[in-house]
Amino acid sequence: MTTAAGKQNGIGKYVVIYICILAIAALQFVVAYSNITPSQMFARTLFLAIIEAALALLFFMHLSHNRGLLGFVVIFTVFVLLTLQYGWTDSFRLSGGIPWAR
Amino acid sequence: MSHADTMGSHSAGAMERPAFSVPAKKMAMWLFIIADTATFAACLVAYGFIRNATPNWPRPFHSITNVALMTFILITSSLTMLFGIEAAQSGDKAKAFRWTMITAAGGALFALLHVREWLALIDEGMTLFKNPWGTGLFGSMFFSITGLHLLHVTGGVIALVAVGIRYQGGRYGADDLEITGLYWHFVDLVWMFVVPLVYLMNLGH
Repeated sequence: MTTAAGKQNGIGKYVVIYICILAIAALQFVVAYSNITPSQMFARTLFLAIIEAALALLFFMHLSHNRGLLGFVVIFTVFVLLTLQYGWTDSFRLSGGIPWAR
Repeated sequence: MSHADTMGSHSAGAMERPAFSVPAKKMAMWLFIIADTATFAACLVAYGFIRNATPNWPRPFHSITNVALMTFILITSSLTMLFGIEAAQSGDKAKAFRWTMITAAGGALFALLHVREWLALIDEGMTLFKNPWGTGLFGSMFFSITGLHLLHVTGGVIALVAVGIRYQGGRYGADDLEITGLYWHFVDLVWMFVVPLVYLMNLGH
């Protein structure tokens, strides 16, 4: 494959990913207008946002070419989210969930 | 161990392969992005918990036109950034500069639309601590999260213009443009989470 053809391929791939991200973003807006409960809406729109973000990370930010860095980023992000989840739920438990806090 | 051996091992240490085979400048940007991910995650998780725990949470958004347009502009600017990087990597300076400036213009347009939206909400009586629809916490959370993101967009636009001009002048290379692009994609990525959590979840039907 020539360099020019390879470059064209790269740009073509970016356009396809761009269209996919736009389509998923549009789907989020459709979900927001559908007749579902807030928790269902939260789960569905967040799921779509995670897919969008994964596409951007893997292809726009080229993490698909570097598995080591991808693992580092994913492990760190999951660790931060779990820590936040633990910290916040524990704060709520402390402020309202146990008898001597009242 | 001889002196020469010690020297040899020291030089080998200094010349060892960079972490994850990523050049130092790019790795620094990744570390910044990872740290900034923690900042935004903290804000969004805090917002989620507060929203869940507050009974009269307002849902003031009635139209998605503005936020849809902003999303389209930001995602498109990520694509134009990639075009700029591709052009820079193939040595086409003029084209790379042009695409970088188009990306910066997209970012500036996004910021303008954002400010217009803020002004409309302020006009309706929303401030940091009160609003006509429900708990005053809504304004604090909304302005904090979108303000932090807007600050990142503004910083990104300034960085794109500065790096683009220096790239055009020959002081920066294609790798510098690529690193700035990483930041720009990150700003786009954060918006992908801000839209559903802050806007779509607060859409009044």
